[in-house]
Amino acid sequence: MQKRRGATQAEVPAASSLRSTMTSTPFSRARDHLGDAQLVELYRQMMLIRRFEEKCQEMYTRAKIGGFLHLYVGEEATGVGAISNLQPQDHIFTHYRDHGHAIARGLNIDELMAELFGKDTGTSHGMGGSMHFADITKNFWGGYAIVGSHLLLAAGVALACQMQKTNGVVMVFFGDGATNGGEFYESLNFAQLWKLPVVFVCENNLYAMGTPIEVHSSVKEIYRKASAFDMKAMRIDGNDLLTVREQVGEAVEYARSGQGPVLVEAMTYRFRGHSAQDTQKYRSKEDVEQHRSQDPVLIFRKELIDAGVSSSADIDALDATIDEQVEASVRFADESAVPGNEWLTDSGIYAAPLATATVDPDLV
Amino acid sequence: MPVLTVREALQQALHEAMADERTFIIGEDIGHYGSTYGVTAGFLEKYGPERIRDAPIAEAGIAGLAIGAAMAGMRPIAEIMSVNFSLLAFDMIINHAAKIYSMFGGKFSVPLVLRTTNGWTQLSATHSQSFDSMFAHIPGLKVVAPATPADMKGMFRAAMADPDPVIFIEHTLMYGIKGEVPEGDYIVPIGQSVLAREGRHITVVTYSRMVHLSLQAADILAKEGIEVEIVDLRTLRPLDMSVALESFKKTNRAVVVTEDWQSYGTSAEIATRLYEHGFDYLDAPIQRVNFREVPMPYAKNLEQQVVVTTDRIVAAIKKVLNRS
Repeated sequence: MQKRRGATQAEVPAASSLRSTMTSTPFSRARDHLGDAQLVELYRQMMLIRRFEEKCQEMYTRAKIGGFLHLYVGEEATGVGAISNLQPQDHIFTHYRDHGHAIARGLNIDELMAELFGKDTGTSHGMGGSMHFADITKNFWGGYAIVGSHLLLAAGVALACQMQKTNGVVMVFFGDGATNGGEFYESLNFAQLWKLPVVFVCENNLYAMGTPIEVHSSVKEIYRKASAFDMKAMRIDGNDLLTVREQVGEAVEYARSGQGPVLVEAMTYRFRGHSAQDTQKYRSKEDVEQHRSQDPVLIFRKELIDAGVSSSADIDALDATIDEQVEASVRFADESAVPGNEWLTDSGIYAAPLATATVDPDLV
Repeated sequence: MPVLTVREALQQALHEAMADERTFIIGEDIGHYGSTYGVTAGFLEKYGPERIRDAPIAEAGIAGLAIGAAMAGMRPIAEIMSVNFSLLAFDMIINHAAKIYSMFGGKFSVPLVLRTTNGWTQLSATHSQSFDSMFAHIPGLKVVAPATPADMKGMFRAAMADPDPVIFIEHTLMYGIKGEVPEGDYIVPIGQSVLAREGRHITVVTYSRMVHLSLQAADILAKEGIEVEIVDLRTLRPLDMSVALESFKKTNRAVVVTEDWQSYGTSAEIATRLYEHGFDYLDAPIQRVNFREVPMPYAKNLEQQVVVTTDRIVAAIKKVLNRS
């Protein structure tokens, strides 16, 4: 059992300065820093993502959800751990595998499920779907579906933060497959050149869709790509929630202090295929099972119980509450209305439609 | 009323835009170099490097950072030195600037003005193109291509006030063109075409630099008693055909003049709309005058045969009037 040190919440310094205690672990340091209730909250977020997405898969099979469905299952520790360091004035950009980040940022899962169902009550009024969750009331600028593209938008928001002196930091998520395209390199150069407050979080799940990293990248250690820009970088265990939280916390404070961007490479693994249609011929079942045996959600669950942070019965009760919440989101989505046809007119396309319509009213 | 060049009118508009503290300019060689076409000359000295941001030669980055900053409350002006380089930013412009408003359910928009230039002068195949129709094809963008100094100023003002992404197309061969420009607050709304010259025999529908060549052609033809009416579209998306159709219903004949390739180009859309909405008034097939459909050659004698000239406009008008 981890021994709790004497510091109170108010006295605890930022996560970044806690690593000097050599005998402690990320778990013990986080417990000291956050307290037991917050540790359980981080578990709750991971399990909510897990159960929400398992329900997504079910609803996809039942054709309630269309299009592409990219599940985050297996990578929850990276998103939850990284985002737990952000403050309200901070910003998030992510890729098309965006469910986990949205839930970790606290987006309403009723609205998320409604978006997946293509309903008007969805986060994007049913206009975006799985790949395009967003909620600017939480500075969650959305999931973007062109690989690598959103890194530049993230740098642009960081430029706005810098110019507006908001003290905000932008966190942008992408995969290993995004680090071979030009937009990645342009964004790193701009960010370092102008010392923009960006934390680039590469979720290295070892595959660019179905192409293994040995096949797609000349450099296998993605974090080393930052060296071309003299940029601070780190490679971390993305499957250990509290390691992610601690190390990304350092990166966030570095960026916030005005010293510039950081590239974080979080080593992780997705348990499901690239998308719901993926037959996964590019990797063995044994390999997937090996990783599944190291499930970050279940490992953290066990850590909480073993350390006496929470009892097995309390965690079971929490899981049951999560299941009810997910079921409620399905009911909400089912009962919601579909978006209206105004989305097919200029008023759905432009913030300021003009007197001259671009959509031909005589269209038959 | 003061007479200004297109360059001076734009400078005035840009200075007005810079009065808004949220506005900054990002582009290649806009500051230290002094601006390739001289439009932002002196801006770095006046506004400083924080707001006049010399960017790396990285067009996706220029567009992308400007889009992001616009989303987060700034009012940036992105300059893509030549429209030929905008191809490197097309993902940003088409997949992002144009889509973000609707794709996220209208929750936020991209108030970006992206300035760029068409043009040619023995610059060969990759530096002499026009992609007007490619921008104008995209729902979510607003695309303007003014012809006169007054419209440059007035439409730039409208573009800056617009919450949607506006592609502002200039022309390297137009910066020295002079015209009267109203002082002070002067706004020309996006999406409104205008008559550039009145006439009763034939309608020329055009925009940007081709307005000036069409005016020259009309002067030549006036000496032969041919009265040409010229419609300056000014905006390509949304396309206001009301003035052109009104003119066409009067003249019953039209020539469409655009400085791009003919196939699938802007003239194809303009002519189609005339046919669709003006068929009953049609007395002769519509003629189009455009770039000849080849990659632009370097050799001057060949280049002159590719580009639109006053002579070619005159010939097209005469052909439609059956007077050649």
